[in-house]
Amino acid sequence: MESRRNSIISNLDWVTVGIYLVLILMGWFCIYGAVYNLEDAPFYDYSYRYGKQLVFMGSAILIACVLLMLDSRIYNMFSYIFYGAMILLLIVTIFVAPNIKGSHSWLVLGPVRLQPAEFAKTATCLALAKLMSEYGFSLFKWKHALLVGGLIFLPLVLIILQHETGSALVYCALMLVLYREGMPGIILFLLFLSVVILILSIRFASECIIPEITDESYGLLLVMIIAIVVQIGLFILYQQDTFSAMILAGVSAFLFLVGYLVYKIGDYPIHFTYIGYLVLALSFVYCLFMQFKQRLWSYFFIGLFGFGCIFLSGMADKAFSSLQPYQRSRIESTLGMRSDKKGGDYNVNQSKIAIGSGGLSGKGFLNGTQTKYKFVPEQDTDFIFCTVGEEHGFIGSVAVLGLFAFLLVRLIYLAERQRSLFSRIYGYCVASIFFFHLFINIGMVTGLTPVIGIPLPFFSYGGSSLWGFTILLFIFLRLDASRTEYFGQ
Amino acid sequence: MTNDIYANRRFVIAGLMLSVVLIYLFRLVSLQLVDDSYANQAEVNAYLRKVQFPARGIIRDRNNKVLVFNKLSYDVMVVPREMKEFDTLGFCQAVNIDKATFKKRMREIRNDVNYSPYKPQLLVAQLDAHDYGVLQEKSFLFPGMYLQKRTLREYNYPNAALLLGNIGEVSQKKIDADSIEHFYVPGDYAGINGVESTYEELLRGEKGEEIFIRDVHGRIQGKLEDGIYDVPSKPGKDLQLSIDIDLQAYGERLMQNKVGSVVAIDPATGEILASISSPTYDPSLLVGRKRSENFMKLNNDSLKPLFDRPMMGRYPPGSTFKTVNALIFLQEQIISPWTAFPCSQGYHVGSFKVGCHAHSSPLTLVPSIQHSCNAYYCAGFRNMMDHRKYKNISNAFEVWKNHVVSLGFGYKLGADVPNENRGYIPNSGVYDKIYGPNRWKSLMIVSNSIGQGEINATPLQIANLSATIANRGFYIVPHLVKKIEGETLDSIYLKRHYTTIDSSYYEPIVEGMDLVMKNGTGWGARIDSIEVCGKTGTAQNKGADHSIFMAFAPKDNPKIAISVVVENGGFGATWAAPIATLMIEKYLKGYIPKRRLWLEEKMFNANLLPNQNGVTKK
Repeated sequence: MESRRNSIISNLDWVTVGIYLVLILMGWFCIYGAVYNLEDAPFYDYSYRYGKQLVFMGSAILIACVLLMLDSRIYNMFSYIFYGAMILLLIVTIFVAPNIKGSHSWLVLGPVRLQPAEFAKTATCLALAKLMSEYGFSLFKWKHALLVGGLIFLPLVLIILQHETGSALVYCALMLVLYREGMPGIILFLLFLSVVILILSIRFASECIIPEITDESYGLLLVMIIAIVVQIGLFILYQQDTFSAMILAGVSAFLFLVGYLVYKIGDYPIHFTYIGYLVLALSFVYCLFMQFKQRLWSYFFIGLFGFGCIFLSGMADKAFSSLQPYQRSRIESTLGMRSDKKGGDYNVNQSKIAIGSGGLSGKGFLNGTQTKYKFVPEQDTDFIFCTVGEEHGFIGSVAVLGLFAFLLVRLIYLAERQRSLFSRIYGYCVASIFFFHLFINIGMVTGLTPVIGIPLPFFSYGGSSLWGFTILLFIFLRLDASRTEYFGQ
Repeated sequence: MTNDIYANRRFVIAGLMLSVVLIYLFRLVSLQLVDDSYANQAEVNAYLRKVQFPARGIIRDRNNKVLVFNKLSYDVMVVPREMKEFDTLGFCQAVNIDKATFKKRMREIRNDVNYSPYKPQLLVAQLDAHDYGVLQEKSFLFPGMYLQKRTLREYNYPNAALLLGNIGEVSQKKIDADSIEHFYVPGDYAGINGVESTYEELLRGEKGEEIFIRDVHGRIQGKLEDGIYDVPSKPGKDLQLSIDIDLQAYGERLMQNKVGSVVAIDPATGEILASISSPTYDPSLLVGRKRSENFMKLNNDSLKPLFDRPMMGRYPPGSTFKTVNALIFLQEQIISPWTAFPCSQGYHVGSFKVGCHAHSSPLTLVPSIQHSCNAYYCAGFRNMMDHRKYKNISNAFEVWKNHVVSLGFGYKLGADVPNENRGYIPNSGVYDKIYGPNRWKSLMIVSNSIGQGEINATPLQIANLSATIANRGFYIVPHLVKKIEGETLDSIYLKRHYTTIDSSYYEPIVEGMDLVMKNGTGWGARIDSIEVCGKTGTAQNKGADHSIFMAFAPKDNPKIAISVVVENGGFGATWAAPIATLMIEKYLKGYIPKRRLWLEEKMFNANLLPNQNGVTKK
């Protein structure tokens, strides 16, 4: 026992522990700055959030120590049990949780309020690592792939039912883990492409190509052009068929040029999307022909891809209008389609003012006027980065961003040095989840991504999120500390 | 961990993560380092800048009696962004306006070019003490409303309204023209008319600023850095006027129910002792919320009480101008003091006639002033105009005109009043235009010799003439301000202007003016113990004659020079002369002796205002 504790201490990745401690400490100062309001309450006053956060931090460190002392094998052994328990808890939460700001995600036990969704991430990661490290597991088996999908989507759906869409979306980050473990890159690419198509379709849905034809939008045309370009790329990359690529490129360029000339010189209002449909149809016929000629199904899929894009673009509008109005307005304002500085955009606008007014070196600790006088709602939780930006300026913001980047790279490095597949997969899960939080959180406070209410790890106020992230991270550090104990799977 | 064919994907994943971080880095560069509009917005958000209005300078008279001082008043300012639903009716009652006015004012605020929902803007001006108390008590009911301290003017005397001027909302023109950019904002007060306007930049002081910090709800959270960025206001400079307020008040009383003006000057210094424009009004009428209403009333008054007659009224100077001609004739060697001209009840050339009254004939210079002989000056003037040494009448007239100008006529004297009229002295070109070049003769313009014809002068210029004669040949530009706190007076108010007439030529004029009072046209208004030198004038014009008089006293070492114009008052001796000598006596002795109390009473009570039919009562 004595020797194992020594081996933990010596094998523990103290660099990551150091980053962790620096981040939670910086986080606390930011919360202090955001909550501080001139009355001279002592910093440890429990009736204030910074006082509470201090308690959360103490208990988080305690939890971390406990996690480090446990035998690393129990995480592997009990991962399905943890997962099952968390799923049950999530289901229970939906029914018993009171309505707090429209969300049903909090379990209230006397003075303690817990958000099971924050812990469900860890359980899901453990279960996913366990499943994918089982002997004989292959992502290319339909059954296994479906199991993985179900394992990820079950908590996602339950959390959406709790009206915590932001926390649910975090599970999408696990796609990165699947990619690392062999999921074809084309899937990641297609997912990325779908997002681009959705954004373009929504953003340009009401911008006409030519004023004479009002029901033809740039959105669809852009999607068509992307589809054609991707098809050309697929010809080259997958079939090494440069000839077909040249034909498609030439034909589409010629047809669009003719259309353009008819419109510009002939002054005839031409439907450009009709040209797009024509090109895609021609390309589909060509692909069918190639498929029969060369007996390669992949040609058929390339041909189908174009129609898929158009279908997706058509769906985008329908899906978009089925969103909640507040979600629609957040997306619209992120895409720059509306500007309503008092209403929907208020948070983001005030947050940009706070960050922007920090300048190079910031206004100084406790001197941020935006921060101190509560111009940014939720400033101690989701919008905590404003405090960094305003009071510590560009230097402070870059320091925080840099620390997170270092943490992410460090986690990937640690994951890659694992000998056990379980530990590696779990490590990637941790890195992906931290990355997603960073991506969305900093993106939303700087106005680059829609406002999706998820916390900045270690910075945002809140016991559940701090404990959740601590547990997520320290289980991995515990696994890493025992990396030499495992051999094989 | 064998055959990990996907190991290289770690670089894709790390690369993806780092590129997102890089994108955010660029975003931070653009937000925090490149775009500085956010810093301004943060300031607009969080700072409430409250203007500290300086106390305006106090105005005193020459004997240090306070004429104008400040009283506190409160304006209701509104920050539209901070307004919430509130009891509009209750607010209107508290500040004593009706709801329609409130709505109209809010609309005006919103439509203003300088509108900002974050800035305090004027909603209701000048609450009196009672309304202020009521509103202060209820202010928590009206979010977004602030009380702004202001100073208004208060007057100790109901006199000297026009020479003091008043303060009112500053015009856009004045805002743009001010020497300090953005000193005023619309809604600020600035001096209008009189000393308040001329000395605005000294009286107004410097605005200060208090910077408060407010939270997202607009609640004040205290001062920025405990007030180290606050700028205290600097009070304006106090002014001491040359006016003797008792003399001014006395003059206004003498002039009541008459239209005209009195200007009294200390000849030795050019200080204006009194400047009376009649009819006048109580300056406190133009203070407070009744200001615009009263202003409209005064503005619509047919007797034009807002017209500053001493400085802006233009009258033919009449016989008082004979002294000017006498000086010029002497200087130009046209006459000597012993030259005599005949007078046969006037000046006759063929069918042309300028009438005169009964006196012995012929007269030399001194008696010609004493009896105000028209013929003497017509003859003298024609002799000059037709004199061979000038080659032609144009040259002669130019010489004459330059002398007249050197005596302070035809151009603004440069008094420290906002609007001074220059009067009018024609040059030969004017007659060339009227009659054609070389087509005019001395006889055609002979009325200039007796202060009629084309020439016009302001009461200030006539008083200045009197002062010039009193000084035997120089004047100092008349001015209203004697002393400015911490500053020296403009040097133009210290400099002697010598006329083109030799000092020695003034003596016969003084002699003549002395005899006017002793045994001439001004005898009825004489003062027993003081040697007053005076000259009557009766200015013909479209209506009844204006009664004009100018005088100075004592004859040696004069202390006061004065001009009086009573519009449509008839002979100068009837009204203007008694008023002038009463003023002189009041100023030099401090009281009116018994013998002349009846005269004082007569002046107080006389009503020469035009009646409703427009005919002047006599």
